[in-house]
Amino acid sequence: MRFLLDPEHRAFAASLDAMLTAADTPGTAREWGRGEHARGRALWARIADAGVFALAVPEAYEGLGPRPVDLAVAFVELGRHAVPGPLVETVTAAALLREPGPAKRLLPALASGASMATVAYEDASSEEGAFALDGDAADVRLSVTPAGLRLAPGYDGVRPSLDPARRLARLSAGGELLSVGPPAPRALLTARLATAAQALGVGLALLERTVAYVGRRTQFGVPVGSFQAVKHRLADTRIALEFARPLVLGAAVTMAPADVAAAKASACEAAYGAARTALQAHGAIGYTAEYDLSLWLTKARALRTAWGTPDECRAAVLAARARPVSR
Amino acid sequence: MDLTLTREEEAFREEARAWLAAHVPRTALPSLETAEGFAAHRAWEAELAADRWSVVNWPARYGGRDAGLVRWLLFEEEYWAADAPGRVGQNGIGLLAPTLLAHGTEEQRARVLPPMATGEVVWAQAWSEPEAGSDLASLRSRAVRAEGGWLLSGQKTWSSRAAFADRAFGLFRSDPTAPKPHQGLLYVMFGLRAPGVTVRPVGRLDGEPTFAELFLDEVFVPDEDVIGEPGDGWRIAMSTAADERGLTLRSPGRFLAAADRLHALWRAKGGPPETAGRVADALIGARAYQLFTYAAAARTRAGERLGPESSMNKVFWSELDIALHETALDLLGARGEAADTAWARRYVFALAGPIYAGTNEIQRDIVAERLLGLPKGRR
Ligand SMILES: Cc1cc2nc3c(=O)[nH]c(=O)nc-3n(C[C@H](O)[C@H](O)[C@H](O)COP(=O)(O)OP(=O)(O)OC[C@H]3O[C@@H](n4cnc5c(N)ncnc54)[C@H](O)[C@@H]3O)c2cc1C
Repeated sequence: MRFLLDPEHRAFAASLDAMLTAADTPGTAREWGRGEHARGRALWARIADAGVFALAVPEAYEGLGPRPVDLAVAFVELGRHAVPGPLVETVTAAALLREPGPAKRLLPALASGASMATVAYEDASSEEGAFALDGDAADVRLSVTPAGLRLAPGYDGVRPSLDPARRLARLSAGGELLSVGPPAPRALLTARLATAAQALGVGLALLERTVAYVGRRTQFGVPVGSFQAVKHRLADTRIALEFARPLVLGAAVTMAPADVAAAKASACEAAYGAARTALQAHGAIGYTAEYDLSLWLTKARALRTAWGTPDECRAAVLAARARPVSR
Repeated sequence: MDLTLTREEEAFREEARAWLAAHVPRTALPSLETAEGFAAHRAWEAELAADRWSVVNWPARYGGRDAGLVRWLLFEEEYWAADAPGRVGQNGIGLLAPTLLAHGTEEQRARVLPPMATGEVVWAQAWSEPEAGSDLASLRSRAVRAEGGWLLSGQKTWSSRAAFADRAFGLFRSDPTAPKPHQGLLYVMFGLRAPGVTVRPVGRLDGEPTFAELFLDEVFVPDEDVIGEPGDGWRIAMSTAADERGLTLRSPGRFLAAADRLHALWRAKGGPPETAGRVADALIGARAYQLFTYAAAARTRAGERLGPESSMNKVFWSELDIALHETALDLLGARGEAADTAWARRYVFALAGPIYAGTNEIQRDIVAERLLGLPKGRR
């Protein structure tokens, strides 16, 4: 057993971090939220060049994957930098496209970054139909229903999200049937894992920015970060994130449903807790849209319910344990 | 990065599991916090030691198996899953031994470690004093130079297991003129039945008496029982406390086993949905702690030092432990208050977690200042 990131993983994370730091992702995210996709697409191409989407695409279709650990490492960085777009949905689409015909036709462009995908997951419980993230920007729109996987012909109107960088669309009914009985459970694991990793990155960014802020901002003649009430809340934030991290990486290693659900629940709770703490510790400036912190604050909320709420994930942990496990 | 066990690790786990299946007492031993239970647990330590299972990660020459941290973790998982007895030797094994391995002399290691491994000598930790709790460095018990050694005087308190233990290790002020409270301290081992020592047991919240106050009146200790250089006691005590607080104070196996028991209890109660989330959180927390510890063990094996990040462990497991046991008592309903059940006993013990080994407030300060780099505030 060697539960430690390999040097290649660390180097991969560091190179993505450097590339994204130089890319003005906050500015890109703001444009994306206004429906201006040019800079976002250019960034997407660079992320694809770094190999990120190829990690979800099998080698047979011009990808490098599936490589969940690398994917998790990459998504932490994408979350840390608040990269906009249907990132999770594109790798989820790669996991859904398993029939040789459609896979051969659609996957190479996803791997290379030439196209982006979105996915709407209809389940029996959704009354008004599922949303597809960035349905207006995506080139490949997949709708998953109990009956099968379809290539949706279009979308019906766009709704805003709590996270201004996310835009929600309902996919049009009908369209080409790509497969009956798509590998939905496996794809759901990919979606949850990537969301968990992205949320972890969002939480880490929130903590990092908040630590920097409370070190600078003075009140009562001292930095607010020297007050114990502030420090302890930030310490708890750090602890929650640091214990979510091994769950995310461990889930990527095993891809066991309970592990992935545990990772999603704890990373999203930790990120959401980080958002609440970040907002509180910033005071009013944290509540302004102009200040970049808002990009991560709202994303933490959106990711929390995307691809399974914490409570649904907890239920999945218990369901996977319905039979006693031998350890 | 992987989680698959090597053939050797798998074989080690199997060997431990088989040994435990054959040896763990069928009926639980009496509480180790009583005289009778203490003796029974001492005998259990001897049984473990006879087949080299008492200190698996120690060097073989002192009674261990050179197993390393990962195999120690696997051993602990099996140990707690088998519901084996609590470890009466834990203070010595978890705190003094690593200190001696890092800072002791070969003579001290050869003399002290083997009888510790067999339970023949059980150790108590004598750090806290009535006026020195979180502010441990303000301690006032003194060590005064004497012919061939030192004379210890003063008062120690909250010393776990000292009522029945044989020896203790602790910090004493050897140079009252040192400019800072952290300086001029002596780290020393002494006998609890030596002339000049009075041990007064103190009942704990759970009513058990092994917790004790120690009164020392010119207790002689020879030079060979001083660990490291006189005056350097603080650094020595802290260097190992921080490393070990994270990894070896509370192994994940304990919480994995407790979470499994909680899950079984929940299912036996028909899986009430209103408690489902809390049961899931216990399972998730135990898994998180297991993986976090694997990662820490892997980093140590790669030559990294852990230091202040162990403070994160301390807060995490102590809160997990309480939440988990609270959930169990709530599931038991009005019967949860019956004090003679294993759940209730473990619950009351869990309540001490955020207090001992440095309170969680102190740990949060360490995380905030040493890991996050936030400014020091008023103490
Ligand atoms: C079950 C149990 C076993 C123990 N076993 C041992 C043992 O074997 N050997 C031994 O030496 N000791 C032992 N202890 C003692 C333990 O280490 C101390 O209780 C602990 O260090 C706290 O000290 P205190 O109790 O004096 O609390 P205090 O230091 O008086 O603290 C009281 C409260 O104030 C808070 N506080 C204090 N300072 C600060 C600060 N700067 N910032 C924020 N909050 C602060 C504390 O967190 C705590 O909540 C044990 C304690 C327990 C409960």
